[in-house]
Amino acid sequence: MIEAIGLTKRYGAKTAVHNLSFQVRPGHVTGFLGPNGSGKSTTMRMILGLDRPTSGHVSVGGHPFRALPNAPRQVGALLDAKAVHGGRSARNHLLSLAQLSGIPATRVDEVLGVVGLQDVARKRSKGFSLGMGQRLGIAAALLGDPRVLLFDEPVNGLDPEGILWVRNLMKQLANEGRTVFVSSHLMSEMAVTADHLIVIGRGQLLADMSVKDFISANSADFARARTPDGDPGQREKLAAVLTEAGGQVLTEPGGALRITELTLPRISDLAYDAGVRLWELSPHQASLEEAYMRMTQSAVDYRSTADELAGFEPPHAGYGAGSQGYVTPVVPEVPQQGWYAPPPPGQNPYAAAAPRAAQGAPGAPAQAPAPPPAHAPAPATAPAPATGPTKSDTDEDAR
Amino acid sequence: MASVPAVLQSEWTKIRTVSSTTWTLISALVVTVALGAALSALLNSQFGDLGAAQQATFDPTYTSFSGMVLGQLAMVVFGVLVVGSEYSSGMIRTSLAAVPQRATFLFGKILVAGVLALAVGLLTGFLSFFLGQALLGDHGTGIGEPNVLRAVIGSGLYMALIAVFSMGVAAMLRSSMLALGILMPFFFLVSGILSAVPGAKDVAHYFPDQAGSRIMQVVPDALNSSDRPYGPWGGLGIMALWVVAALVGGYLVMRKRDA
Repeated sequence: MIEAIGLTKRYGAKTAVHNLSFQVRPGHVTGFLGPNGSGKSTTMRMILGLDRPTSGHVSVGGHPFRALPNAPRQVGALLDAKAVHGGRSARNHLLSLAQLSGIPATRVDEVLGVVGLQDVARKRSKGFSLGMGQRLGIAAALLGDPRVLLFDEPVNGLDPEGILWVRNLMKQLANEGRTVFVSSHLMSEMAVTADHLIVIGRGQLLADMSVKDFISANSADFARARTPDGDPGQREKLAAVLTEAGGQVLTEPGGALRITELTLPRISDLAYDAGVRLWELSPHQASLEEAYMRMTQSAVDYRSTADELAGFEPPHAGYGAGSQGYVTPVVPEVPQQGWYAPPPPGQNPYAAAAPRAAQGAPGAPAQAPAPPPAHAPAPATAPAPATGPTKSDTDEDAR
Repeated sequence: MASVPAVLQSEWTKIRTVSSTTWTLISALVVTVALGAALSALLNSQFGDLGAAQQATFDPTYTSFSGMVLGQLAMVVFGVLVVGSEYSSGMIRTSLAAVPQRATFLFGKILVAGVLALAVGLLTGFLSFFLGQALLGDHGTGIGEPNVLRAVIGSGLYMALIAVFSMGVAAMLRSSMLALGILMPFFFLVSGILSAVPGAKDVAHYFPDQAGSRIMQVVPDALNSSDRPYGPWGGLGIMALWVVAALVGGYLVMRKRDA
């Protein structure tokens, strides 16, 4: 059990973590998500007593970390895969850690086998790849058979086999009743690994809920309705009817309608009453990735504008003036990344245009790849669908 | 609570499993002994050329420790790397996550490295002495002469204290490069030059290496050494105060700063 109460960390004027309170319970894999620089690692370091919180406190098993009796036997952590002395062999590195808490040397060979490093155990860790470093770090975390495990980006640099192994390891550790706290920015990874999510953005808590709740709370499930092709009149008619009934309607690239706030039977009834034929009416659930992007988008946006104005504006102007070809590839990306995609970092014009780009997105892909470079800097002008979306646009913003 | 013996054992594993330990300690020993032997041999062959005053105050013991001027630099590197490599490699976070008690961690590490430095220092001292005296021939002295044993053991203490001082400085600066960049020129140049400048001499006497090296002198004002307001043990005490100050500083930094 890890418990943080009002955790705050400031570095000078910059607040890395602000008033963060959460609990990490045993028996679950808890995913710790946030964009880069959102304070994940700082929080992890504070849990481990490496960094001192500016205010608030965090405890592991009811004790502040520094007051834990025999900490290595209770908490295992992988913070930084490369946090080893490169001149020391993997085995000696683990041995020095094992000796701290009276763990026998045989356990060192055991965990080396668990992480698959037995063949390079006596090689200097200097020559290790990032993936091997991660394995060594995981071995160090497992060494003391601890009840609480922290992993900071454990799958970074691992091969697919390694990722699968880490995923199963996390689940297994949680099933054994341990507290497993895993930070990541890989949403797709957390979707299949974690049971519970803690999401932070700019050092503040955005969500603390189960994966399932997280998706349904943050992504409006939507229905997709398709009217017969080659008859836009039917589609517009349906859109008008649904909007009138309180639904929010967006036009998708393929010409289908994306409807929220109305149940499937209700959509069907309304279509029937309006005399519109439906070729498709299907329920959809947004992925965890979408939910996450959507939630952290504002945080990411804010960071881009605040942090990078000074450093990035001159080079950006240079690119814009110098070669339009540089700008071009960005355009198709906006719709490709999907509905809720945040703007690419450092692109100030997009930071402003992003909300509109997101609205335009459903309509955009049909057209976006086509425009010549000259059209590029204005994705917001991508043709907006005629009637329905205008209303739903504002709703998008509100969310 | 990671127990003290466990920390000591772990630090011993850490220190013996990196090659920098071997190389720095071997160079400290070899450089000190070889240079001391060379100077002893040189002085033996040219003893007749020395002035009467110099002959009268010739200090064979101190002469055999002449190599210490360079050999101590290897000890500085050893001390700095023992602490500094934790920071440069990032190992410090792994270490402190395992030993949250920072005082136990830091002083456990320094104790292990200090004892090792003392062992190597004593070995270096005795080797330098006996080899130097053998090469000095008739001008040499024996270990049984008054104050000679004190000087030989003192040379070992001196080397250990130099190493520990460097560890304290490295812990304060949290960087090997920074610590070496300050300590090397200081011990190699600044301290030596200032102690020869008339005005600065009185201050330079209190520098750690200047004060500490007094313990290795048997003849109080031998060769070009000047009057000092303290005796051999007083000098070592002054050096020890420097070491304590560096350790306290290093500990305060480690306790206060985020890892």
